[in-house]
Amino acid sequence: MNIEEQLHILRRPAPGPVTTGTLLGTGLVDGYAVYASPVGDVVVSFNPRGVSSVDLADDGSEERFRDRFGRPMTLARPPRGWEVKIGRAIEAGTPADLPVDFRSVTPFRRSVLEVTASIPRGQVRSYGWLARQVGNEGAVRAVGSTMASNPVPLIVPCHRVVRTDGAIGNYSLGGPHNKRELLSHEGTDPEWLESLARRGVRYVGSDTTHIVCHPTCAHSRRIADSRRREFSDLAAAVDHGYRPCEVCRP
Amino acid sequence: MQTVFFPVMEELRDRLAGDLDGTFEDLVTAIRDDLYSGLRPLHGTEAEDLAQEALIRAYRALCGYEPDRIRALRLRPWIWTIALNLSRNQARDRARRPTAVELVDTHGVHDPEPLDTAAWEARLACLPLAQRRAVVLRHVVDLSYPEIAEITGRPEGTIKADVSRGLARLRTIMQEERG
Repeated sequence: MNIEEQLHILRRPAPGPVTTGTLLGTGLVDGYAVYASPVGDVVVSFNPRGVSSVDLADDGSEERFRDRFGRPMTLARPPRGWEVKIGRAIEAGTPADLPVDFRSVTPFRRSVLEVTASIPRGQVRSYGWLARQVGNEGAVRAVGSTMASNPVPLIVPCHRVVRTDGAIGNYSLGGPHNKRELLSHEGTDPEWLESLARRGVRYVGSDTTHIVCHPTCAHSRRIADSRRREFSDLAAAVDHGYRPCEVCRP
Repeated sequence: MQTVFFPVMEELRDRLAGDLDGTFEDLVTAIRDDLYSGLRPLHGTEAEDLAQEALIRAYRALCGYEPDRIRALRLRPWIWTIALNLSRNQARDRARRPTAVELVDTHGVHDPEPLDTAAWEARLACLPLAQRRAVVLRHVVDLSYPEIAEITGRPEGTIKADVSRGLARLRTIMQEERG
């Protein structure tokens, strides 16, 4: 055998990670890692654009991802620096500096999700409030379906969005039970929220400052019981000389 | 091997022009062994990362190309141009960071590869870079002289001379091994 032929011995199969790494690097395949959360283990998928999906970890996770996003996902290490950020985003219930891949989401839904991401931990807002924040008061149902199809629950905290009548409402990540679990975990008692809803209390004001807030707003929680006034709608509060809180924007 | 290769590449190229995302994995499958085999004698264990990076860059470039431009590509030399640019940058970065240089293990003791493969890598390592690159692209990757001239940006005559000097040197090395 001459040298030219012998050099062919150096032709060899590329190791598996070349293909996997390439497909992950191009975003044709997403990677996923498993994280613990207050509602059990979740799979967090990611690609170079950001985190693409959060779902309950079970035997069907990979198939559900493929059905929904039209590409496969494979177990992989998150990109450098993201491993910690993902854990923090789940714990804090907001993406902060973790990039999110919103390609699968329409511009309207994306703006709804971005407002949702700004709801502070331990607080809740209503579908109606979200609709007003995105400048489309009539879009309450569209807001509801945006919450139901949120690709990254926990990280975009749709569990902090409740029905406009104050009831806890549905939850996409394993049902209403998990929503209650998450709210409790954040220090918001779902039974307290429901008792307010039953009594028709939607807003709370202080008769010292004459500012009216959402009941879970950090400012309204500081109001002394003796100074606390409850309202069923904002117009009634305004009629009594109250002005809306600039932080929770009722 | 190479006789079936070129029709496959042409077919892939047309499919890429029509459906980039649906076809790219097939391109990876068709070219990954080529890339890895060629980069391995030049970069050792870093070949894996370089092959991957070259393919990712190729994908990003293709995303910005019109279908007609993709149909006009000669895929193999095009991807090798990307890979060789990365290879050069890598070599330059290494030269700037001397501590990162690894010694070539000529005994193959720590190499899980078969002994013959390790021996050939060690022999190639004795060649000056230009000769090693030319020999590898011609006789490991099976690129043609015009293709190598195109992707390296050097005259075809120079490439031929590098290959021929490289092979002569390999012959000498083998004679020395036989004692």
